[in-house]
Amino acid sequence: MPGLHETLKQKFPDAVIETHAQHGDETAVVTREALLEIFQFLKNDPAADMNVLMDLTAVDGLKMQWEPRFEVVYHFYSMNKNHRLRIKVRIDGKDAVVPSATPLWAIANWFEREVWDMFGIRFDGHPDLKRILMYEEFAGHPLRKDYPYNKRQPLIGPKN
Amino acid sequence: MLLNVGPSHPAMHGIVRIAAEIDGETIIQSEVEIGYLHRAFEKSAEQSGYLQVIPYTDRLNYVSPLINNVGYCLAVEKLFDLDITERAKYIRVIMSELSRITDHQTCIGASAMELGAFTAFLYLIKARESIYRLIEQVTGARLTISYTRVGGVKADLPPEWIQECRKVLKEIREVHKEVDQLLTKNRIFVDRMIGTGILRKEDAISYGISGPFLRSTGIDFDVRRASPYLIYDRLDFDIPVGENGDNYDRYLCRLEEMEQSIRMVEQAMEQMPSGPVLLDTEGKVIEAAKLVDEAKMGRIQELGKMRAKVDPTLEGAHKQEYATIQAPNKSAVLPPKEATYTSIEGLMNHFKMIMDGHGIRPPKGEAYFAVEGANGELGFYVISDGTGTPYRVRVRPPCFVIMAALPLLINGGSMADIIPTFGSVNMIGGELDR
Repeated sequence: MPGLHETLKQKFPDAVIETHAQHGDETAVVTREALLEIFQFLKNDPAADMNVLMDLTAVDGLKMQWEPRFEVVYHFYSMNKNHRLRIKVRIDGKDAVVPSATPLWAIANWFEREVWDMFGIRFDGHPDLKRILMYEEFAGHPLRKDYPYNKRQPLIGPKN
Repeated sequence: MLLNVGPSHPAMHGIVRIAAEIDGETIIQSEVEIGYLHRAFEKSAEQSGYLQVIPYTDRLNYVSPLINNVGYCLAVEKLFDLDITERAKYIRVIMSELSRITDHQTCIGASAMELGAFTAFLYLIKARESIYRLIEQVTGARLTISYTRVGGVKADLPPEWIQECRKVLKEIREVHKEVDQLLTKNRIFVDRMIGTGILRKEDAISYGISGPFLRSTGIDFDVRRASPYLIYDRLDFDIPVGENGDNYDRYLCRLEEMEQSIRMVEQAMEQMPSGPVLLDTEGKVIEAAKLVDEAKMGRIQELGKMRAKVDPTLEGAHKQEYATIQAPNKSAVLPPKEATYTSIEGLMNHFKMIMDGHGIRPPKGEAYFAVEGANGELGFYVISDGTGTPYRVRVRPPCFVIMAALPLLINGGSMADIIPTFGSVNMIGGELDR
């Protein structure tokens, strides 16, 4: 039986750029334009049945000279079928916007806020995209590779 | 009226703020704000070597640090495609399950205390202390244990430990029975717990919730059963599920899970392959410090055959134990200290793995590994770029998703219900904010 990433490749030949199953983790890299359509398919198709969005994060490829710079990584899990799939979408630093998955999986709300906070990637259609771990006054996005590790931004008292 | 609860509020466990819009005693709308304990775990992990991340993982869920250790090491081992030894697998499972018991004890004890049941809290914390003592005997620390290594564990179980562990398990079983008698049918406790903080199945799935929280709604998802890692497929255990998804069901699930964990530890101790028999013939065991001194003087001819007497909690393992708890992979596992001090190969191997700019280097790639943490699926997503520093370490914290769903649980309830509901979340700041 072909893996889910292979099925996805057959179903969306134009939208799936790359697939691999390194260390047994089935992975598909998809285009941003088709992302929502693929999410709809993954959630509603009875063979895929991805009812849980386990994790959503991003990777900044600056130091590995990735082109485009960012990857947003989704880890899906199906409780009924007991299988997992990783979906990645690559986006450029200048146009760092991804459609939001919040309408499909409620938890995407907080995960996307975290990715915005840490990487400065925007999610189109997110109900309330604001920082979650850092404070509002914080400048920059700390998990970007060009954010210096030692940089401090002390927050002392209210600014009146 | 807008009421601000926390972040400095005794019931908020220190670091969470709930902004609640209330009408009399009823919460109409609420918003949860987190991030007060953010310590840049993921950023720090990108700055150091693979092995140096292990102490950081202790501080994620500090009530069950061993599970974090195991999860992180399994993720890195997945990058290496490394299979660890049988005995190390059993040791990891035993330690994880002991950690799970301490975690559930803390959760039940603390939430019962917040409802006025102080006795149960004291009983459970005392029982937890005896498990901490067991953990201390193995790892050398109660909380910041840093016990596992990529490729195995730091040191073998000390002699006589298994007998002591059996004794402690018997004692805590009694304590759990007492707590069960104190709480499960206690009118005050039951009235506050039943029917409060109800989570529906669909919401739980949509929010990606796992662990006892999900199981209390009636879904029997457990990573240990769904995708067994280490040796969980060889253990016989039940997955307790609830029906209503309220605070009471979560309490019952946790109580039963502790019993299942005890069963698992007992079975694992039964099945575990035996370790090396430590024999001291002809006085070939010398103090580690003396071995180092001799080696520094260059007198290494005879030393190669000797074994250093090391403290398992501080310095690690003997050469002899080493083969049973560490995988035989020279690119991932440090050589035993004896080899480091007495042979050039061992020294080079050690040097290549410890010195700055070298370190253990998993092949390029990415891996996601999920273990069953005490609060649910704890996932580590590690990316390697082939150097000695992880390119990215991402933790999927189980209580992050529960906190995201918290407004669903408290909206429409009364202010007083926040206390048992928040208690049953078992929010651990270190893991939530990282």
